[in-house]
Amino acid sequence: MARFPFSAIVGQDEMKLALLIAAVDPTIGGVMVFGDRGTGKSTAARALANLLPPIMVMDGCRFGCSPESPRACPGPCEATKASKRAVPFVDLPLGATEDRVLGSLDLERALRTGEKVFEPGLLARAHRGFLYIDEINLLEDHLVDLLLDVAASGENVVEREGLSVRHKARFVLIGSGNPEEGELRPQLLDRFGLSVEVRTPRAIEDRVEIMRRCAAHDADSEAFSAAWGEEDDKVLNQIARGQKRLAKMDVPDDVLVDAARLCSAIGVDGLRGELTLMRAARAYAALKGAKLVRREHLLHIAPLALRHRLRRDVLDEAGSTARIERAIAEHFV
Amino acid sequence: MTSQLADALLAARLLAHSRDRLGGMCLRGGGPARDLVLDALRALLPPETPFRRLPGHIDDDRLSGGTDIAASLASGTLVLQRGLLAEVAGGVLVIPMAERLRIDIAGRVAQAMDNGAAFLLILLEDGADGDDRPPPALMERVAFDLSLNAVRPADLATPLPAPDTPTPATLDSEAMSALAATATALGVASLRPLLHSATAARAHAALTGRALAEMADLEAATRLILAPRATQLPPEPEQPQPPAPEQPEREQEQNDSEEDDTPPDIPEDLLIEAARAMIPPDVLDAIAKGRAQRSARGGGQGRRTGSAMRGKPLGARPGMPGGGVRMALVDTLRAAIPWQPLRRRDPAPEGAGPIRFRRDDLRVRRFEERSTTVTLFCVDASGSAAMSRLAEAKGAVELILAQAYVKRAEVALLAFRGAGAELLLPPTRSLTRAKRALSELPGGGGTPLASGIALARQLADAIASRGRTPMLVFLTDGSANIAADGSPGRAQANADALTAARAIAEARIDAVVIDISPRPRPEAARVAEAMRARYLPLPFADAKTLNAAVALATQPERKRA
Repeated sequence: MARFPFSAIVGQDEMKLALLIAAVDPTIGGVMVFGDRGTGKSTAARALANLLPPIMVMDGCRFGCSPESPRACPGPCEATKASKRAVPFVDLPLGATEDRVLGSLDLERALRTGEKVFEPGLLARAHRGFLYIDEINLLEDHLVDLLLDVAASGENVVEREGLSVRHKARFVLIGSGNPEEGELRPQLLDRFGLSVEVRTPRAIEDRVEIMRRCAAHDADSEAFSAAWGEEDDKVLNQIARGQKRLAKMDVPDDVLVDAARLCSAIGVDGLRGELTLMRAARAYAALKGAKLVRREHLLHIAPLALRHRLRRDVLDEAGSTARIERAIAEHFV
Repeated sequence: MTSQLADALLAARLLAHSRDRLGGMCLRGGGPARDLVLDALRALLPPETPFRRLPGHIDDDRLSGGTDIAASLASGTLVLQRGLLAEVAGGVLVIPMAERLRIDIAGRVAQAMDNGAAFLLILLEDGADGDDRPPPALMERVAFDLSLNAVRPADLATPLPAPDTPTPATLDSEAMSALAATATALGVASLRPLLHSATAARAHAALTGRALAEMADLEAATRLILAPRATQLPPEPEQPQPPAPEQPEREQEQNDSEEDDTPPDIPEDLLIEAARAMIPPDVLDAIAKGRAQRSARGGGQGRRTGSAMRGKPLGARPGMPGGGVRMALVDTLRAAIPWQPLRRRDPAPEGAGPIRFRRDDLRVRRFEERSTTVTLFCVDASGSAAMSRLAEAKGAVELILAQAYVKRAEVALLAFRGAGAELLLPPTRSLTRAKRALSELPGGGGTPLASGIALARQLADAIASRGRTPMLVFLTDGSANIAADGSPGRAQANADALTAARAIAEARIDAVVIDISPRPRPEAARVAEAMRARYLPLPFADAKTLNAAVALATQPERKRA
């Protein structure tokens, strides 16, 4: 069955924007999606992975080596040819053990021949693609720590069971969770690049449109995907253009000053917030086809880049988004 | 036949019709009635359909496929086993005692369903009180959530439904928007039930031989899917309804059904009105008590102290892997190597590899897992306490909550006032929910201290049985005036409170009693003593001091390691 097309997703503009920004600049550091069940979070993430053009991978490489840097992996990767493969989308199951995630000793080889061979885990599989974690707030803390580390460094280092292995693991981390069911520690939250809040569409028209599209997709998924092919191609072009522009995207000094002012106005401490804000603004400007980053790009993207970094005030009932909007209204209008 | 059984059988027919679109169903209670529904489903599906039960103790390798360690070692070659989730493809997966299902297994099953593993999921729920529900990730993915608690033995003579001969059917825009409006009116936020209800309405029409879904089909879908998930009562009919969407073109298959009916008129408000009457009594009850928040049901799935499974590695010890316990391979090899020269003197067993293993060589991993602490706040919200310190107590609880949030401990909240005690917030890590429960905490009425302590004891036991460590924090002035049986009277009330307190001491549950009366009195101290709890008189403390005191009292020297 063909996947649900990205462009056929009704509403969810903020989530789609965050995913596109992460696609343009994968170094942004992952996207955290807050929201209830049944709001189409994982559908959107899967749809984006599905939309991206296939990547070239060295034949038989268990670490997903690309032909530009072949044999960069620790595994035996002797192939000289590469072939096309879909962008990986790895769905991390909730009960996953460290072994499965990091990789572990290859049990079969160890038992049969006494050889110590590394069996790659889910991180190796997600290399050059997406790692999606539903209900990340219910995941063991030490695993979340580890995932964020690897996502930030782009490299998985395994030092256990007598193994010493390092391999590349660059992926876009997408976590989702419902804060009503338990929250992530603030230290971990801060390490996500962007965060979005997803709500269920309220308008009856939107809901009916969703029902209609899902019914059409259920009835004939191939035809449905074909019908949205043109729209999906537009999105794809937009990403490709954005990636090209990003390299040459300039940030004028006054925008840098704006970013610093905004961060200090809402009390985001630490460099990470400011850096991510700039990065996100650059990617957004690139996505929009602009030549340089302007203030409106920065302000548009600010809630996504900053809302999860605000210090939680137990006694302030207003949400983080409202606090950012308040600061923008006070300082920039 | 009661409507419950009829509904469950209808649900089975709908599931059999749209197998890969409705996910499955959850059946609550009902013993023999439940078996009847399962038999009915079996009869409706093609005879070769696989039925598998998922035992609660299943390990990961058996569930998703992997190495069969015992068989691998015995034969000296790698023996792979096929996972249950692969075996059940195209069939029916039955999960008994679904409310006790481990959250990691639930995650795997949910993932398999999302990735298009076409099986029907049947959750069997035995919980009596409905507080403990199957994991939300699975409840969300099954269309039907039905109770069989009211089925009488006489109903079991019901004949099984015969396989249907459906005709294709469609749903028009009006019908879709009626369902969407109804879901909104019932407070069903998730889109999955809405999509399920559309599929079910279409299936219901198909089973009845209608080419276009009518009011009756929508009613069935509402009754079976939307109403049991209601989180609010629909607004009264006078209230203006959201404007109906413009009529888009209908792309409806022309059907050769004989009845050329004019498109049935489906007024939204009629369906919403009907939906009001369809909400099951227990759901109505939950709504009335304000407990039907989206995730209030089954949100706090217990975490196991599976010290053999995760946490900080501690090293290995001899033992058999399996059942979630993982083999420590390097240690196993290390244990086997010194014996090799000796073992090589014996004739080689068939298929032996270069290293000869014995069962004694097996080492399994151990992990240290700190068991989660659940702090249970027991707040005296009676008139006497409310007058003096309730607001401050709330402030202190908020501060402690904020700390628990950073440490990822869990908190729960119960209050006692008037005639009894009530759990306001089951153990949760969610600051948002805890704060809401707290702000809604009403004050006033008598002081049923005994009931409060008894309920605290009960909850502490439940928390401990899930492998977590309970910690009780009582905020009270200790002046009980309602006895355990609910009758007023200071003497009996005090005696009952002390009895209940002694039960806490006997169960060795850690507790702190914070005296929140303006002038410390001997009553609260006596209760603390009976409970063997720390007693903290805090006559003039503000929220911050109170917080510091609790932090101090709960940190060092636990009674239990």
